[in-house]
Amino acid sequence: MATAHPPATTRDDPEEPEERAEDRADGNGPDGSATSHLDVDVAGAAPVRHPLRWLAIAVLAVLAAQLFHFLFTNPNFEWDTVGAYFTAEIIGKGIATTIELTVIAMVIGIVLGVLVAVGRMSANPVLRAVCGAYVWFFRGVPVLVQLVFWYNLSALLPRVSLGVPFGPEFVSHHTNDLITPLLAAILGLGLNEAAYMAEIVRGGLLGVDPGQTEASDALGMSRSRSLRRIVLPQAMRFIVPPTGSQVINMLKATSLVSVIALSDLLYTVQSIYNRTFETIPLLLVACLWYLVMTSVLYVGQSFIERHYARGVTRNAPQNFWDFALFRRRKRVHTPEDQAPKEPA
Amino acid sequence: MSRPVTKDAPATAAPSSGQVPMLRARGVRKSFGSLEVLKGIDMDVAAGEVVVLLGPSGSGKSTFLRCINHLEAPDGGSIHVAGELMGYRAHGGRVHHLRPREVTRQRRDIGMVFQHFNLFPHQTVTQNVIEAPVGVLRRPKAEAKERAHELLRRVGLSDKAAAYPRQLSGGQQQRVAIARALAMRPKLMLFDEPTSALDPELVGEVLETMRDLARDGLTMVVVTHEISFAKEAADRVIFMDDGRVLESGPPSVLDNPSNPRTQAFLKRFL
Repeated sequence: MATAHPPATTRDDPEEPEERAEDRADGNGPDGSATSHLDVDVAGAAPVRHPLRWLAIAVLAVLAAQLFHFLFTNPNFEWDTVGAYFTAEIIGKGIATTIELTVIAMVIGIVLGVLVAVGRMSANPVLRAVCGAYVWFFRGVPVLVQLVFWYNLSALLPRVSLGVPFGPEFVSHHTNDLITPLLAAILGLGLNEAAYMAEIVRGGLLGVDPGQTEASDALGMSRSRSLRRIVLPQAMRFIVPPTGSQVINMLKATSLVSVIALSDLLYTVQSIYNRTFETIPLLLVACLWYLVMTSVLYVGQSFIERHYARGVTRNAPQNFWDFALFRRRKRVHTPEDQAPKEPA
Repeated sequence: MSRPVTKDAPATAAPSSGQVPMLRARGVRKSFGSLEVLKGIDMDVAAGEVVVLLGPSGSGKSTFLRCINHLEAPDGGSIHVAGELMGYRAHGGRVHHLRPREVTRQRRDIGMVFQHFNLFPHQTVTQNVIEAPVGVLRRPKAEAKERAHELLRRVGLSDKAAAYPRQLSGGQQQRVAIARALAMRPKLMLFDEPTSALDPELVGEVLETMRDLARDGLTMVVVTHEISFAKEAADRVIFMDDGRVLESGPPSVLDNPSNPRTQAFLKRFL
């Protein structure tokens, strides 16, 4: 350590040579020998050296070489099989189901989540209690259990009917006709997601300065208008990043529906390798597709975040490609050159 | 001693002694838990009058201001704005709370400027100003924008129409907040320590804007610590302390206050 960072040793190394300490005192002290010490131009200063970083890079390079060697020389990966199935039509159908489930469950989750969050912050104590109970229940039961439960609802309720409570029925159906595996999956994933989204949205709403509500009250805005136009758009800044994680989580959580025989991506590859025993290559196909989809979501999230960062910083929002490629912000924008570029 | 002082207030509120006052407060009380913040405030403000509320921190000035537009519901007494009882309805000898929607409607006629501006940071200056006229009063967008530009010119910020609030200085933000409140064409404007959050060199521009409004005959109730503004722009100055009105009169009372507590308060500003 001590040899790696010579400047850092001066403070805590007890065996520091005497003359070095004096050296510094001379340079900085008011009685410093001459103005030549003060007359310094820092342009072109040598950067701090980081020898440990080079060591780390060397170690990582060896590990990466090992990994690639393993990936390409181990025949059990069966990369040609992976390639053959990667674009197979049946896999595409599984992906479509996965995406469909993710989208529907997230839409239900977000819409219901916003309603539950607003309900939890309502002035109405009945509504607050009901929404609190909802979050308590659906967050407290594992989503896998909920999926299986909805799938087996007919065991509890053989028939579902619409009518007057304890009175005549108008419509009646067999539960099994009504709750298909797809609907069971949508209900299980969506209702569970709503409970999490409600907490995310509530956190976002609480993060907005109460002065914003006061200002909209003072302008004569209704509660709902103030929520829609003023509070929620500002809360989005706090809501979008965790929601992005939730979407990615949801995409992966849809693989749970394979337990209720819904042919999503995972169930599709399982049903193939149960026949062909090409377990590893098919699981790799699933992994690669999950990674492709989550990568797309990651990029999409950054677009949405930039939209809701309007007016938050004095600097221009970071360029998208800089963000995607992990480049650091280089140019400094003044507020003036950015303002006209932002259309209403 | 403390309460009857306001009785002589209408003498200075000369312009409209026969008409309904713009603001009429009687015995306004407000407590937060066990802390009684307002202990019976009586106040009349005539149309076109500029009243400055002075007093030490915690004297209840801001709370009273917030009771006027019902951001706080008073516990007792009554507040009428332009003859309308704020936040309640008296009906057949009983008083009922108004529904939130009705309170919302009452607030449209009362503008408010906050200590911390409370501009909407996700909207541009123009969007801030037209938000309520378009969304609440249902004015056409083009008309509202035209009016917004007129108001921004008036507060000296025509060139900042497309900027976001955070790109502006505190003084500029507060002037936008004033324009935003004026866009609703309020009958009464409330200013809650509008310069307290500003750097000293930015206070002047906001006070100048407020003086301009006062000259134009806008009815204003201003909570401030700017004695100079009170002297130059106020028609009447009201001192509050410990939830009560101590003293009230023309700005000249600032030079020789009669109440010893007012004297003590003013001494700190001289």
